Amino acid sequence: MSTQIPIQEGLFTWPAPSPQLIGSRCLNCGEVTFPAQPSCPACTSDRTEEVLLSRRGTLWTWTIQHFPPPSPPWLGDPKAFEPFGVGYVELPEGVRVEAPLTENDADSLEIGMEMELVVRRFDEDADGNERMTFYFKPAA
Amino acid sequence: MDIAIIGIGLHPFGRHEGVSAMEMGVIAARRALDDAGLSWQDVDIACGGSLQVLQPDTMGKFMGLTGIPFTNLYNGCATGGNLLLSAANAILAGSGDVAIAIGMDKHPRGAFSVGDDLAGIGLGQWYGEVGLAVNPQFFGMKTQRYMHDHGISEDTLHRIAVKAFENGSRNPQAWRRRALSYEEIATSEMVCDPLRKYHFCSPSEGAAAMVVCRADRAARYTTKPIHIRADVFKTRLYGSFEVMHASIPADSRPSPSVQASRSAFEAAGIGPEEIDVAQVQDTEAGHEMMHMAECGFCKDGEQEALVRDGATGIGGRIPINTDGGLLANGEPIGASGLRQVYEVCLQLRGEAGQRQVPGDPSTGFTHVYGFPGVSCATVLSR
Ligand SMILES: [Zn+2]
Repeated sequence: MSTQIPIQEGLFTWPAPSPQLIGSRCLNCGEVTFPAQPSCPACTSDRTEEVLLSRRGTLWTWTIQHFPPPSPPWLGDPKAFEPFGVGYVELPEGVRVEAPLTENDADSLEIGMEMELVVRRFDEDADGNERMTFYFKPAA
Repeated sequence: MDIAIIGIGLHPFGRHEGVSAMEMGVIAARRALDDAGLSWQDVDIACGGSLQVLQPDTMGKFMGLTGIPFTNLYNGCATGGNLLLSAANAILAGSGDVAIAIGMDKHPRGAFSVGDDLAGIGLGQWYGEVGLAVNPQFFGMKTQRYMHDHGISEDTLHRIAVKAFENGSRNPQAWRRRALSYEEIATSEMVCDPLRKYHFCSPSEGAAAMVVCRADRAARYTTKPIHIRADVFKTRLYGSFEVMHASIPADSRPSPSVQASRSAFEAAGIGPEEIDVAQVQDTEAGHEMMHMAECGFCKDGEQEALVRDGATGIGGRIPINTDGGLLANGEPIGASGLRQVYEVCLQLRGEAGQRQVPGDPSTGFTHVYGFPGVSCATVLSR
């Protein structure tokens, strides 16, 4: 049986029944950034702490990627390409996070709609592990 | 700033099989020097910029090895603006009498790729692996939000593209010289909602060069100097919405285009309402629309009426991208900003032929914008 591993360590909690994105909060000014980084782009402080971000937010903007992204760096299969949604979701921490969306249909996306975080399989690595990444999907 | 442009040169943008970026750079540089009545031996300082040419200063062996300082510079899509600024600053600093800025590039077909090492641009590899490192996504998302906030319809995007290709059809040096109908543009395939194929520019090939000197010495070289009244370079503030940012704060701040334009107009003592002809970064129609406001030519939301009424066309109140802009010329990144300046110089010299802005324009503006949130704004006058 294959193991599920995050596409990159430190991006989101995994494995977890309700995964959360891992950001950083500035110990000087309180600004929250994703992914976590050791310094603050708002105030230049180099003191931050990790913070788990809310799983729900609102869709701030979106688009649909209709052509296969240049590869590298994209690791999808151009031959099996399906358009995918991308958006920024505004979270209660005062940060808008960019992510692929589970929906790829313009009619199912609207600025201001409730979204929630999900973690799904992206691809498989050379050792047969399933590499997992995060998406936002319209909240139920 | 008391610097004058005394020579301009262009290797037309497009596709040039078998001609290298550097060869195009050499041609543009020689044309700019010819225009100023100078030779490479008269050049005291050179600045070269390119994405594809690893070191533009290697072109010295084709121009002549005269021992001058030749600085290589790259700032994404703002490279051209920065080349002119660096050449002008070198003259201001008293480093020499004559400086040349040379931008050149030659890109493969298809969307720009950031390559296979995202650490080099401060991002985790995962960001590219999952398909987020794609410029057109940002263009679509910023346009989408702007249209939502300011009540602008897709009609404006289509009309901006119609104007670009119409202007291109009047420009013998443009790459895309066929005017496209509203219908063709509005029904072209969707690329990144709400932006369609003909709303976008394509990577292309070409070069441009400018020769500058102190304004009070310009009359030695030309009867038609173009004065750089201000040239300002800004990088993003925390809070502006920029391409390839995995997160942005909800509390937003003005873009580097706003910062650069405001500072440039202030330094020049000329306001946007006094500009006769302008070039703004039109990577796609959405950004021409947004840059109209960011550069100060209208308020947010006024674009719909202005574009519909032809205010940004040749003969309108504020003609924008009179040579067809990026849409009709494509974008060789290192050269693009200097092409904008080339066009404004032609317009202010009254040499723009079929696309000449009527009324003897005397003031101009150019603006570049790009990854990761950089902008240069230049105010020019006769
Ligand atoms: Zn801070």
